[in-house]
Amino acid sequence: MTDEYEHYEAVVVGAGPGGAAAAAVLARNDVETLVLERGVEAGSKNVTGGLIYAEESAPYTVDGLFPEFRSEATERPVTDYYLHNVAGEKVKTFDITDLHEHDTEWSDAVLRRKMDSWMADRVHEMANETGGGLLTDVRVNGLLREGGEIAGVTCDELDPIRADLVIAADGVNSELARDAGLMDWEDPEEWFQGVKAVVDVPPEVIDERFGVGDEEGEAHLFSGDLFEDVRGGGFVYTNEDSLSIGSVFHLDSIVEQEAEPHQLLDNLLTHPLMADWLEGHYDEVEYSAKLVPDSKKAAHPAPHQGRLLVVGDAAGQMQAQGPIIKGMNHAVSAGALAGEAFAEAKLRGDPDKAGELYEQKLRNEGIMGKLRPKGYQVARALGEHDAVTEMADSLLTSSVGRLGVKVAGGLLEDLYSSPHLSQIVPDTQTPYVTLPTVIAEELGDRVTGEADYEPKDLVTRIGDLTYDTDVGNPHIELRDNSVEASGAAVYACPVSAEGFGGGCYREETVKTNGSEEKRISLDTQPCVECGTCAVVADTDWEHPRGGKGVEYKEG
Amino acid sequence: MHSVVLTKGVPDFREGQVSFDEDGHLERGATPTVMNPNDEYALQAALQTKVKQGGTVSVMSMGPPGYESVLEEAMSVYADDLYLLSDREMAAADTWSTSITLSAGIEQIAEADQSGEPDLIFAGFKTADGETGQTGPQTCWCLDRPIVTHVIALDVDEDEEKIRAKRLVEGDVDEIETVEAPLPAFVVTDPEFDPSYRRAEHRLRHKQLKAETEERVEEYEDHLTSWSAEELDLDPDFIGLDGSPTIVSGVDPIPKAPSEREATMVTPGDEDGMEQVLDEMRPLAGGD
Repeated sequence: MTDEYEHYEAVVVGAGPGGAAAAAVLARNDVETLVLERGVEAGSKNVTGGLIYAEESAPYTVDGLFPEFRSEATERPVTDYYLHNVAGEKVKTFDITDLHEHDTEWSDAVLRRKMDSWMADRVHEMANETGGGLLTDVRVNGLLREGGEIAGVTCDELDPIRADLVIAADGVNSELARDAGLMDWEDPEEWFQGVKAVVDVPPEVIDERFGVGDEEGEAHLFSGDLFEDVRGGGFVYTNEDSLSIGSVFHLDSIVEQEAEPHQLLDNLLTHPLMADWLEGHYDEVEYSAKLVPDSKKAAHPAPHQGRLLVVGDAAGQMQAQGPIIKGMNHAVSAGALAGEAFAEAKLRGDPDKAGELYEQKLRNEGIMGKLRPKGYQVARALGEHDAVTEMADSLLTSSVGRLGVKVAGGLLEDLYSSPHLSQIVPDTQTPYVTLPTVIAEELGDRVTGEADYEPKDLVTRIGDLTYDTDVGNPHIELRDNSVEASGAAVYACPVSAEGFGGGCYREETVKTNGSEEKRISLDTQPCVECGTCAVVADTDWEHPRGGKGVEYKEG
Repeated sequence: MHSVVLTKGVPDFREGQVSFDEDGHLERGATPTVMNPNDEYALQAALQTKVKQGGTVSVMSMGPPGYESVLEEAMSVYADDLYLLSDREMAAADTWSTSITLSAGIEQIAEADQSGEPDLIFAGFKTADGETGQTGPQTCWCLDRPIVTHVIALDVDEDEEKIRAKRLVEGDVDEIETVEAPLPAFVVTDPEFDPSYRRAEHRLRHKQLKAETEERVEEYEDHLTSWSAEELDLDPDFIGLDGSPTIVSGVDPIPKAPSEREATMVTPGDEDGMEQVLDEMRPLAGGD
């Protein structure tokens, strides 16, 4: 019966790749480390597309920190990488394996429940040696401050804990980064939103339909007109015995086009190319969604404050530049560098310098340069103007432009494979929709597959998910229920849709004193905790308590 | 801190497991025996004590050799070692002779263990078959200890050698009182018992103990001690059927609920039909 707060040298919040890497490095340096994860198991709250990379230029790789990682925690390696330019049934496919292999030691498809829970067991063993360990079902809800300084964390399930170091690896909707004022949820332009369906397909069918051996796998990206005019693209990755099929869009574009993300995913699922791969095997086992920070705009250049160091998605460290989509590898590097920074600062007798050191390391190791490429900043200033976009679009779709695309042919494929160009692709309609559509129209071949299946509807998708709902204790509150403030959530929320009553957000007509008014109402029961509504609606957004809410089996 | 948890094997009354004959009598042979569900809370309370104070937890039951599986189930919640009091002489015992037997078992543990008297003894609230709720308190009476019943939260203060417990007054969640008792003590947990782990160190220890438990369950027989009436030095006149003052004069089956109710079926296809429905409902609406 002691009333004293507990103290650990380091508290790591979140057991994803960033938190796991941080904890591994801290434990290796004999730092007493406690890892707190809010899911029932590490990975149960996580979603990825997803490919994980080990970059040749990176200071750390996940298998360097966790030997056996590739044999125990991943799916198939990516041995071929394609980009499909789509215009209706016409498709022009570019082989972008060269781009994929640039700076790549290896790259595997992963499912987060399997990956994170495997790593969490290793992390627990390592941290346990230091006198700490890893706990699940604990939600850290804020920072413990003493005399205005960050002194530890506060939790729903535990009494406050003091720490010399707090690593926020609590993901894209980091409550700690927001508590510290380092990140916000204000601007849809800084975010992507991804939705994904995991479809079970027998391994031998994957081998046959993709023409791969059992130790091989493929990645396919899709752009063009199959997502109407929404800026973004689709992907298909081969797992051991399933496919990860998803789409990722700029959140501001979803809002602007009033697009329903689940329907855009359906467009991909029923495209003729997909129909050939899935024929007779459309067995969708999990629908999931995730907010993705756009590091070009969102990555915090100095992600630390006092004893708090922020890593991974929590700090906006998600690189999505054209066909280059890298997040988890950067989280691993950042987490490990944060751990390293603390160990060094402690050795120098000044642990409070960890933040500055971490910032330096992010810069010196080239990570910040990848997350916020200089070239993009210049290109953005030139290219992201409506007038420029319109000019580029009309030029491309004109006969002259079309001729150019035709003549360029193979050169285009090379250009698409340029890692330098990928970094400076502007976030406009042109590269996402117009150019690929024109490429497909001018150079593409007709594909003839026809889907012999109907994608699952939203009711079924929600019904198939596992929830432990915290009845009577909603974790999100709608601050402003007017259509102007929060109406976008009705379509942008991946588990809501216009005219659908079973989702989180819906529009209702309320009659008061003879006048009619449209209002937005919220039911958090089907919530998948993606955070979209925190950006597009006016909410008070928190995660559910530890162990509560949605539980992904695949992720 | 040494705790002993008392448990009992009961018929598994869950749907799909339990089996009754035509007259409504339990078919014991066709119904599996499981750990009494309420004993889970007693085990959770003992586990909480072990997590926070350290020490060992023993689980004890009286019953036929087949009860080993019940003890295995108890061990999967948490136990360091298991004791089964098993003897033909103990058969057909009522709550009184059961209490005498169990108290002899607890005293034997104290001697065998050389750790002295157990600090805490835990029992669950009522068994699913007998429903008397007598065995725990009577065992405590035999051992002459302070008892706290209907416990929903428990704190142990080793320095002060006492426990502090929140308990339901008259078993009602609307009224909760906090009481203290000196150690050694006897605790009967309520089904509302909720273990509390607000410190990370406790959750880490809990995690470690659960992992150790899983390994131990695999070879639970190595941790099991069986004692006969003779080994417990029990007087045959005070145990089993001979030691049971309770006389069951007869058993009445619970009458079955009538399967049919008086009902009038109306299919309201039109206005007349609706009128008829309203006529039928009017008397039920009160008023007239």
